[in-house]
Parts: sequence; C-alpha cells; structure tokens
Amino acid sequence: MRVLAAMSGGVDSAVAAARAAEAGHEVTGIHLALSRNPKSYRTGARGCCTIEDANDARRAADLIGIPFYVWDLSDRFHADVVEDFLDEYAAGRTPNPCLRCNEKIKFAAVLARGLALGFDAVATGHYAQLRTGADGLFELHRAADPGKDQSYVLGVLTQDQLAHALFPLGDTTKTEVRAEAARRGIQVAAKPDSHDICFISDGDTGGWLAEKLGEAAPNSGGAIVDESGAALGTHDGSWRFTIGQRKGLRIGTPAPDGKPRYVLDIEPVSGTVTVGPREALAVTGLTCVKPLWCGTPPAGPLECTVQLRAHGAEHRAVLEPTADGFAVTLRDPASGIAPGQACVVYDGTRVVGSGTMAATSRAARPAEEDSWTT
Amino acid sequence: MTVYLDHAATTPILPEAAAAMTAQLGAVGNANSLHASGRAARRVVEESRETIARALGCRPGEVVFTSGGTEADNLALKGLYWSRRAEDPRRTRILSTAVEHHAVLDPLEWLGSEDDARVTLLPVDHVGRLDLDAFRAAVEEAPDEIALVSVMWANNEVGTVQPIAEVVEIAHAHGIPVHTDAVQAVGQLPVDFAASGVDAMTITGHKLGGPYGVGALLVRREVPLTALLHGGGQERDVRSGTIDVPAIAGLAVACELAVKHQADQAVRIAALRDELVSRVRAAVPESSYNGDPVSEVTHRLPGNAHLTFPGCEGDSLLMLLDARGIECSTGSACNAGVPQPSHVLLAMGCDDEQARASLRFSLGHTSTEADVDALVEAIVPVVERARAAGLLSKPSAR
Repeated sequence: MRVLAAMSGGVDSAVAAARAAEAGHEVTGIHLALSRNPKSYRTGARGCCTIEDANDARRAADLIGIPFYVWDLSDRFHADVVEDFLDEYAAGRTPNPCLRCNEKIKFAAVLARGLALGFDAVATGHYAQLRTGADGLFELHRAADPGKDQSYVLGVLTQDQLAHALFPLGDTTKTEVRAEAARRGIQVAAKPDSHDICFISDGDTGGWLAEKLGEAAPNSGGAIVDESGAALGTHDGSWRFTIGQRKGLRIGTPAPDGKPRYVLDIEPVSGTVTVGPREALAVTGLTCVKPLWCGTPPAGPLECTVQLRAHGAEHRAVLEPTADGFAVTLRDPASGIAPGQACVVYDGTRVVGSGTMAATSRAARPAEEDSWTT
Repeated sequence: MTVYLDHAATTPILPEAAAAMTAQLGAVGNANSLHASGRAARRVVEESRETIARALGCRPGEVVFTSGGTEADNLALKGLYWSRRAEDPRRTRILSTAVEHHAVLDPLEWLGSEDDARVTLLPVDHVGRLDLDAFRAAVEEAPDEIALVSVMWANNEVGTVQPIAEVVEIAHAHGIPVHTDAVQAVGQLPVDFAASGVDAMTITGHKLGGPYGVGALLVRREVPLTALLHGGGQERDVRSGTIDVPAIAGLAVACELAVKHQADQAVRIAALRDELVSRVRAAVPESSYNGDPVSEVTHRLPGNAHLTFPGCEGDSLLMLLDARGIECSTGSACNAGVPQPSHVLLAMGCDDEQARASLRFSLGHTSTEADVDALVEAIVPVVERARAAGLLSKPSAR
C-alpha cells in the first residue's frame, strides 16, 4: 500500500512510520503544521507543532529513508478544532480536542487529501489495534499496553476511516517502542510524551480560555451558588470552570462541614456555577448525542463498558439507543463528568462507538467508587 | 533517474571548479601566514580574486570574499547603512523592493526594528518589475535622508530582470549608493560590475557552478562600509575570518567559466525553457505563466519558468512530481517547512490562492531536452491528482 505516515516529531509516530516501511509499504512521512506561526504554539519538546518537532520528524524520516513533507493544515485545524474548543467551553461544555483532531483532521482532511493524491492509508503512532471481525468489518480494539491505550481518542472513527487507518504500535508497549526507537537510531527515543493540549503553549488552559473568550465576551461573569441556590460568590467567566474542579474556586466562606467543594454544574447563559461536596459529583446516568459507530449501531439495550475521559477508568454500563444518540446507565458511578466530553463505548476490548455527553444524572446517594482522575 | 529542475536553488558544481577546489583541499597554508605555505595559499586567493574581477568587470581590490550570498547581502545593507548614517545622521531611510530575497528583506526588517531604519519596499508591476516612477518619487521626496538603495538584479522566483541602469541613474543623481543582489544573474545574464554603475553587488558560488559556503560582495573602493564580522580583518578589514582557500579557488574557476559560456548557455537554456513553458501550457491549458513573458535576457532569467496551476496546491504538485523523480520548487519561503504564499507573487498582484498554486522550474547548465520531456509526460496526471486534492483543502463548513 501507499501509506502516509503522520509524524509529529515524537517517538511513537516515528516508530510507527518505520514499522509501516519495514512491512513493505511505500511510506511517505508528513508532519502536520497546525499553526500558521509555529513559534506561537509549544516550545521545547512538550507537544507538537514547533519547528523543532518538524525537524525531529524530518530527521526520523531521513533515517527511515522515506520522503518527508510538511502539510499545512493550519486553517482546517483552526476552524475545526480550535474554534470548536472555544465554542464548546463558551457553552459550558468540556470538549476533548484530540478526538476532534482525529475525527476532523488526521482521519478526515489528511486522509481525504492523501486518498486524492493516490495514497491508500494513513498510519499514526496511536496505541490501538485494528482487527477484522467475523462479519468482515474493521474493528478497533484497545492497545496491548493498557497504560498507553489510546482507543478512546480514536472512538470517533467510522468504518470508512478505519478502512484507511494503520496503527502499527497497537500490539506493543511504550517501553518496547522506546527501546525499538533507540535500536533504530531514532534520536527522539527519549523525548518525553506529550500530554497537554497542543495549541495551548504554556499548558495553562484556563488562562488561554480567559484570554480568548474574555475578548469575545468580556462581561460573562456570574454567581457561584451551592446546591440550594444560596450565593457563595461571583466569578468573571464560566469558562474558568470545569465540572469536578476543586482548585481555584476562590470562595471566601468555607463549607459548613469544612469539606472541599467541587464544581457540580455550569450554566453558560446565566453564567451560574454550582458547587457542592464531592459526593454530589457522582453520576449514574448519561445521555449522549452525535453518536458515531465503528460498525453496526446497536439495535437495542447493550451491556457494555464506557470510558468517559482519556486515560479514565472503565465503567460497567448499559446502553440504550435514543432518537438522537444513546442513554447510558452506569453500574459503577463516575464523578467529575462534564457535558461535552466523549463517552466511548466498549464491548470487551472492542470499540463499539462514541457519543458526546449532553447531560448527566446524579446518584441519590454518595458514590462508593471514584474514577476521578486528573 | 532524477530530473533536476531546481537550478535556481542550487546548480551542480562544474567539474573544473570541483577539481580546482579539491586540488587546494590537500594543501596547507593560512593565506595570512608569512611563510612559503602561507604565500602559496595567498597566491591562490589573489589569483582567484583577479579571475573573478576579470570575469565580472571589477577591480581585484573590490572583491570581498564572504561565506555566501546571505552574508554578502547583510554586509552590504548593514555596512552601508551604518557608514552612511555615521557620515550624516539624517540618512536613516533605505529603499528596496517588495520582491527581494529574504537575505535582503530580513536584514532590512531587522534594521527597521532594531536600528531605527525607515525601510520603504517599493511596488512592482504585474510581471514583478520595479515601478520606476514610484522609485523616483521615493528618492526625490527626501534624497538627503536615504542611506542606500538595494534592488536585486533578477528575481529568484519569477526571473524578472530589474532595471538596474535606471535605478543607478536615479540614485546617483543624488549621490545615493546602490546595492544589488546578483546571485541569480551571474552566469545567466551579462553582468559587468563597473559598467552597471552599482556600488555593491552580491554573488554566490553555488548558483553559478561553484561550491557552497562561499560568495563575495563586490564593492567599490570609495564606498564606505562598516564591518559586520570583527576579528583578523582578513578581507579589506571589513570581513574577518580565516580565508577559505579551496572554496575561493572553486568559486573563481566557476565564475570564469559561467561568464565565458553565459551567452551560449543563455540561448540554449532559454530555448529549452520556452519549450518547457509552451509544452506544459499546451498540456495544461488553464495554467498560466508568471513573470515577464518576453524571453530575452534583458527581461527574464533564461532558466526560469514559473507557472500557476489553478485549483492545485503547489506543495501537492511538488510532492507528486518528486515521487516521479522530478524536482522543482514552490519558489516560496518556508517557515518550518510550511509553505507560505510567495511574497513575490503577492506583490505582483496574485491572490493567496494563485500564489499557493504555483511552481518554479529552473533550468541550468546540465538541463536537457529529456528533462523537459519527462516533465511534460508527468504534468497532466500530476495536475489532475493535485486538483482533486486541492478541492478538499478548504475548511469545512461549521
């Protein structure tokens, strides 16, 4: 096959490209330039999109012996990922831009352009496994390395997209990938993993949102209230908050029981932020919209597991299709769940599909299990 | 087989130049040492200087060797600006054009932001040629305030030859020195430093069949020039650094041969270029030819063919041609490898989309009919594919 290897400049995508080439594919490396002004994004080795990262990717491609180009996707990325991220926050939701980037950029804009240019597939360094099911459909499975599994951020891909995807690292652990990179002489073998949002250069999401959204809506402050509606304070922008957040609430008066308070709800129109005790975060039900199914959509109730954030815990659940998506009843309550996040549905290790959480319903009593991860 | 159509980026070294260079690589001797080895090295350097002076119509003492075109441009712009301003503090203006190479534009921007220079980039017409009326008006507005003028001899992207004689006439009427970046011109066009009247001229080795990493600023003795690199003062006290004897020997041989064969090569290469353009345009009728359509060397670099393929992304075209072994350029500056729309095409009045849909094919001394055949054979399927991909490049509706 003629394969486009998306190379970020990091170790994973470099090894993925090398493996694709070694497997006999005709591989061309591409680095996606997602900012018109690369210096305005990350510096150092913390993420993607710097000049240094483009150079790292180029060096790896030279070493593998494949052609390498930089593709300017900055307009698409800005329109489909950055602006969407801002809109979602402004609406009181908490989006995951990495899913959006996979859905709209890597396996849409890049794939479409690649197919038009005569390529057959896009290979990335994601940790996830592709298989062919008994019905002949492509199946996306969790990676062999549970600590690195990235099937969650790929849970938005459809059959068409999976048919043109390659994930050469799915059966390997990160430790093995680093060792392989070193063995292959890839210079970035020891480069740290990227974690934060690539287009927020200093990792300060709150500050970045305040700057961007504060310009657009300077008077978007509101009240901070408790569960009974009693006013506890005010804030100058609801985008500063995310559900489950504890730090930075700046409430003068402590809770009567002295326990920390968490953001329970954000009402974007009024700007009201509701806070309360940790127990009140426990969620037992979800409704999801914008469903995307990897294969055949479920026809009726489905015993499954769901993952509600990147690297989050798995929750046993029952899925029920609805008119515009699906409802999920959690057998293990989850906490810190915010509308806008993706709910990825699994059957064992297989990704069934995903939806965007539109609303949550809370447990009547405190949750025993806590899946809150930061 | 590689079809190399990117001679304006760099052209293959002439075998004679490589031989002259390698002959020196084995020799020892710092050209500034006083012993026999040093004298031998110095002799090679001075003979090279004389060869270059003879080829380009200057005096040997007017050749200042540098590490290449970028350094020569920096030396000319900053060195002239600082000297002229030191003579008269009113001289803080610099006139140049909107289509200069980044080796000129970036030093000018730096002088503007770091050293209070007031830089005016004069407009060009739709073929990329300096608007002389605008230039004259800018000069006559306040000639006493102008430190220098810098106008390239010929444009690296679209090949347009600039009206250097007129620029010199207008500037010299007010005693203003003129620098020209002639990196693309030497070997392609007739270039005579003294006859041109310019005060300073940039040349570089690897664009005329010589080695990389060596070039020169030809600069008249009477023009004041402040040093950029301080140290041993090896080159007329305005350029320090141990003299690169092998590179200079290679540069001199290449320069001599490039000038000697310029007229014949220009005829041969221009004919090949005209054939490339007409056959590509016949194959892709919607393509358009940028720059000056007049083939003569008074108008356009003989090796330059710059074409726009509507609906295509230049970098898609480049990649697809590269996959077929055909090497060319989008002719634009790169920022971390990200193609930016060419400032030259934008200055000529193209819109962003046209500017991104363009390719530069540049021919040189090794180009043959077979190169043109290969391009003509590849261009139709390549354009079809790139156009299909180009339609997908717009941001989706939200």
